[in-house]
Amino acid sequence: MAIDVRNVSKSFNGFQAIEDVTLHVPDGLLTALLGPSGGGKSTLLRVIAGLERPDAGEVLFSGQAVTDLPAQERGVGFVFQHYAAFKHMTVRDNIAFGLKIRKRPKNEVRERVDELLALVHLGGWAGRYPAQLSGGQRQRMALARALAVQPRVLLLDEPFGALDATVRKELRDWLRKLHDEVHVTTIFVTHDQEEALEVAQQVAVINEGRIEQTGTPDDLYERPANPFVMGFVGPVSRLGETWVRPHDIEILEDAEDGAQQALVERVARVGFEVRVETVLGDGTPVPILVTRQQADELELTAGQIVWLRVHRAREFAPS
Amino acid sequence: MSASGRASRLTLRFLALGYLAALLAVPVAMVFYKTFEGGIGPAFDAVTTPSAQHAFWLTCLMVAIAVPLNTVFGIGLALALVRGRWRGKTLVSAIVDLPFAISPVVVGLALILVYGNAGWIGTWFAENGIRVIFSTPGMVLATIFVSLPFVVREVVPVLREIGVEQEDAARTLGASPAQTFRRITLPAIRWGVAYGVILTTARALGEFGAVAVVSGKIEGQTETLTLFVEQRFQAFDLAGAYAASVVLALLALAVIGTMTLLDRRKEA
Repeated sequence: MAIDVRNVSKSFNGFQAIEDVTLHVPDGLLTALLGPSGGGKSTLLRVIAGLERPDAGEVLFSGQAVTDLPAQERGVGFVFQHYAAFKHMTVRDNIAFGLKIRKRPKNEVRERVDELLALVHLGGWAGRYPAQLSGGQRQRMALARALAVQPRVLLLDEPFGALDATVRKELRDWLRKLHDEVHVTTIFVTHDQEEALEVAQQVAVINEGRIEQTGTPDDLYERPANPFVMGFVGPVSRLGETWVRPHDIEILEDAEDGAQQALVERVARVGFEVRVETVLGDGTPVPILVTRQQADELELTAGQIVWLRVHRAREFAPS
Repeated sequence: MSASGRASRLTLRFLALGYLAALLAVPVAMVFYKTFEGGIGPAFDAVTTPSAQHAFWLTCLMVAIAVPLNTVFGIGLALALVRGRWRGKTLVSAIVDLPFAISPVVVGLALILVYGNAGWIGTWFAENGIRVIFSTPGMVLATIFVSLPFVVREVVPVLREIGVEQEDAARTLGASPAQTFRRITLPAIRWGVAYGVILTTARALGEFGAVAVVSGKIEGQTETLTLFVEQRFQAFDLAGAYAASVVLALLALAVIGTMTLLDRRKEA
């Protein structure tokens, strides 16, 4: 089911959370809303779910306006950052909640819940209470609960934000695989650009209540619309008016046409990549990323004088 | 641990326990002791006189009306105070605490001013043949008034603590506001409600001042158990006073026991 957000604005006590936001989410895709904290991405997600009423604008599901439809009638699955587990219910009852509300026959509920328990690898935990689960397990339970009612769209609000790095990575891969199996239109909110670029098929970058750019992960990384997007989705080095990715700067041992002289200040080897901190003659710091092999060939050391050649530099018109 | 450290710790413990004993345990134990000093027979006789029985049932009636009303009102107001967005919340929240701040005697007098025969609402009631003051309705009003804040005050912090996430989740899963309240909110706040109900009941059972003022203390008609205890005491019938006190204490214990049982069953 495709989702359209048209000119939606929402403010809280005078704070403009989102302003005139328009977004198209194609059917079946996994879309990320990416941006810094407080930028309005969670508010946008809650407006889509019907948990917040927009001050202006419309929300459409498959072309039908749902702006006035309360959350319980929208058929969305929502997953919260802090799980929102029903603490007084077992894992099984948590997952069955939506089905029981819909008064489905008991047999059907049991079968569906068993299926979902297997899907989220919580088969042996059905009788436990949320307090007895780890954070990752609670979030998988919350996902199963949201999926139980076969939602038309799955909305996830910073779903992995409260988990530690290893579990986050694991759940991220799992969500990706789940989406390949279930194919439900999915929108997830994150402030982690790596997470967005890795998992999503479409990314909308949101900042200060506005959408800065919408596109594929490749579009955003390779063809950012403005300095904010360029800086938010990946590392940036600035040389005067030009913006460049640190791995698009080539280090040369000898002077060449168009190359700028620089002094190597520090060389840090981090795993397979080497971070080289250099400064230009005028004092501008220019961080550069090279591979371990390149660094070895150049025999880079602090205090060395090198020349920098910039590939694929970008200039942005002043906004 | 040094010797002086241990000594000061023991002193502290002795002081705390001594305080509890002198102010709570010993007086209550004495009441029980005095009641059953002459065996169960005399105590039983003292609390089965017609006016004692009437006082017992009148107290039960006060509790039966005031506690459910204040529970429903308390949960509703707590929800409005925590979840609602409206002007004047601070003011309403302060007004709820008035019964804590005002002496029960003043509450009684205020009720007479409004509902007495000369009061502005009282005149209307009198014209329609309803007697409020020196009668059961006035006593019910007084009991409701003094026991009003407990459920609100117990439920508000619990509602704040649980937040709205679980309720939001229930809504996205298709639950109506009523279903969300019954299946999510109520179970989450049940400890707060239970404690509020116990406190409300204890207050309603034990209320003396406000009820004394509005009741007129007519034996066998407007006398609750607490008023009965005082009346027996004034009449130098110490045995009757002690026995009725024990009945009051047992009533309170029965309420606490019932709440605990109910909650355990729900959890099972």
